[in-house]
Amino acid sequence: MAAKSIISRPVYGTLSPQPGKHHLFVADAEGALAIADLAAKAQADFFGGAHIIFIPGRDGKYADALEALKPAQFYVGHSFASALPRLKQTLANAHMGLRLYLAGTEGLIGQAMQAALEAGIDHTSIQTEHRGSLARRMQCVHCKGITENVTTQPATCSHCGLLLLVRDHYSRRLAAFQGVCINAEDRSEIPPIEEVFR
Amino acid sequence: MGITFRKETFRDDFTFGNSPEHIRRFPFPFHEDSYMYAVNIEPHVVGPKGSVLKNLIDVDEHYVAEMQDRALVLTEDPLRCQSLPHMTLAGWDLLELLMEQQALGYPEHFTLTRDSDRWRWINRPLGIDDSFTFGDVSTLPYGPMEYITRQSQGDFCILDQRDGNLWMDAGMVTTQADWSLDFDIGMNFFEWHAPVPLAHEKGIFVRALKFLTNIQQGKPARRLNWTMTINPRLDTSPENYHKWGPDRTTVTPENVGDKVHLRVELQSFWRLPRSNAIVFPIRCYLIKMDELVTQPKWARRLHRVIRDLPDELANYKGLTRYRPTLVEWLSKLDDGSPTSPGFGSD
Amino acid sequence: MSTGTTKLDVVVSDVVPVNELVTRFHFRRRDGQLLPTFSGGAHVVVEMRDGERTRLNPYSLMGSPLDTREYTISVRRDDAGRGGSLFMHRHVRPGMEMVVSYPVNLFSLDLRARKHLMLAGGIGITPFMAQTAQLAAEGGNFELHYTCRTASLGTYADLLRERYDRRIRLYHDDRDERIELDRLLSSQPLGTHLYVCGPSGMIGWVRDRAAALGWPTETVHFEHFAAPQPGAPFDVTLAVSGRTIRVDEQQSLLEAIEAAGVDPPYLCRGGVCGQCETNVISHDGKFIHNDHWLSEEDHRCGRKIMPCVSRFEGRSLVLER
Repeated sequence: MAAKSIISRPVYGTLSPQPGKHHLFVADAEGALAIADLAAKAQADFFGGAHIIFIPGRDGKYADALEALKPAQFYVGHSFASALPRLKQTLANAHMGLRLYLAGTEGLIGQAMQAALEAGIDHTSIQTEHRGSLARRMQCVHCKGITENVTTQPATCSHCGLLLLVRDHYSRRLAAFQGVCINAEDRSEIPPIEEVFR
Repeated sequence: MGITFRKETFRDDFTFGNSPEHIRRFPFPFHEDSYMYAVNIEPHVVGPKGSVLKNLIDVDEHYVAEMQDRALVLTEDPLRCQSLPHMTLAGWDLLELLMEQQALGYPEHFTLTRDSDRWRWINRPLGIDDSFTFGDVSTLPYGPMEYITRQSQGDFCILDQRDGNLWMDAGMVTTQADWSLDFDIGMNFFEWHAPVPLAHEKGIFVRALKFLTNIQQGKPARRLNWTMTINPRLDTSPENYHKWGPDRTTVTPENVGDKVHLRVELQSFWRLPRSNAIVFPIRCYLIKMDELVTQPKWARRLHRVIRDLPDELANYKGLTRYRPTLVEWLSKLDDGSPTSPGFGSD
Repeated sequence: MSTGTTKLDVVVSDVVPVNELVTRFHFRRRDGQLLPTFSGGAHVVVEMRDGERTRLNPYSLMGSPLDTREYTISVRRDDAGRGGSLFMHRHVRPGMEMVVSYPVNLFSLDLRARKHLMLAGGIGITPFMAQTAQLAAEGGNFELHYTCRTASLGTYADLLRERYDRRIRLYHDDRDERIELDRLLSSQPLGTHLYVCGPSGMIGWVRDRAAALGWPTETVHFEHFAAPQPGAPFDVTLAVSGRTIRVDEQQSLLEAIEAAGVDPPYLCRGGVCGQCETNVISHDGKFIHNDHWLSEEDHRCGRKIMPCVSRFEGRSLVLER
């Protein structure tokens, strides 16, 4: 469960079935369980209008369970990057009334939301549920580079090498948390590095 | 007659300074001997002659130097000026507002002539004489917001009003106190203020938002904000924090008067007519301690404010490292005598 | 005065009957200057001095925001109303000096939209006149569906068709032409925003269908033209100013408070914007809530009222004004 802290930090909810005929799900790993939980609350014919895009991760778990929901379309991808062209095409063909549900790691939710925002969907209408790893995407405010899968506090920017405080300040547009140089005032100060986002 | 513009720098050799007249007109932000957040918003109306409120958009002796510094910042980092696509109309609104106000307040320096949508803008201090078609982006060298804010002091944020909230969807931000436009663009009022400690619990932002979303055309509002900066550096962005952050370690009891600056932001809020957006100019004023303490009341008051400031606020404003040295230096100028209420210098 | 809006001194430059119910009024600034520009969807509040009585009514600006030599509004005559529209139709003549507020926009376009889908019913066409003019001038993407009772009551239909051709569709009730709402709402590209202005029933129908078909609420924008309704007179005590006032049949509670020299804030005069929300200190009787601002809970608990459109029946009412 993602911790609550400052207001710009996204707050994730619980997926629940929305009115409408067309539903698009994007999930990774344990996010599948959130979809299964929603299915228990949904009407019988709900998944007849659903399209599921799922990135299971290395162990491939849960894919069968999702397929068993009998969605109108079902796609298993090896990574978000490889699923992205399909996601973009689906969004380009969609009409108003399509509801979007995102479940899984923050990285997946953030990046899928970016694609949705670019396609013209307002973020307030998107359902999100966090499941699984707390690892973060982080943007270095100094060099603008994004570092994936950040689990420590502080963390090193994988582009420019500065040691960064991983803030809770989050940008939806960039789908990343802000990283600010933690020892700018005195470079000799090196705080201990701890695994905190797991 | 007009203003005598100073040749000075806000980086490297830091030759910035205030003339005696500009010290007297400095917008000292403390009306009492302590400080806590409040929704201190009031109508933005013309104030006394000789003050920074004589014109609703203030141009002062630092104008030319500030615009030169801005141009340098933008050359190094173009991401300091961004406008989401739907905000171009608001950019035209802002262009009209600033041209009108600067021409009205300082006719010896700025002239605006309009013939339907064919406009001519003359900016003598910067040597600009441009004719363009209002509303046609191809007739200007930059988008309208960038064009005019390269000729106006202070930062500008344009906020789109939707669903009862304000969204920071465009801005020119080169003189900010430590926040990143590139990171915050697209956020709403609560989100971009998220890092400010204490204020959220007090419900300050909820009340402020209610007020701001109801601002109407012809009735702008304003408030003051403050922090401190080491050296008169305008560009204290997070992007360059690793470059200016170390300045905070260079304060000694001998150099407080010259290096430590009070930095005041005069913020105003205006409803823009065609886009229905709100523009939020953030006008920055700097004064070094040596200049400030020529006004004895300000010296005593500032000592008490900084000494008694809650730690979370001091941390958030970046004062922690040099605060003891500063308080010690100011204490020598505070004989404990009472200070009159109000901002004025006596 | 109301906190929030400045006033404009204007003169009526033209009065044009459009059809049997609707008349158009043109205003110019008395000092000859251009009027303040505005965003499509904005309204002005017109002050009507009718002898002893002053009424204030909001009317959408119809003209293009790009031409501010004059403001134009259209007023639909309501014979059963409080008298504001009747005053406009019967007493306002070219040359008359009047006062209007600066423009206020509580129904603005979402400029991020990739397409603006507009549904107008009857006199609800007026804000769309300004919005389509604004969008057309910058090549914006819009589609307007306009329902009217009869062709002759299709105010400005001919003008709109001439300007916008296939971007406007007309539906006449007397020919049984109806908007195929479900089909329309199921076929729009992502990023479309929906705007509806017309009778309350139409607005309710459109909002319900849009929600059922999956449209997020942030993409559905609506404006009610709720005018304060007349009703039985009642007395009110204003606790803060220490006055007791009588609200007449043809007067709204807000107008009666203003006539007593008290100046609550207001913006819309139609029960939607929340500005005039007033606390009830005590009451003995029944509220007639006509607003779209307070929650059902607020309506039930009787501690708040929107004086611009709501009324009261009973023995006593004490307000915090």
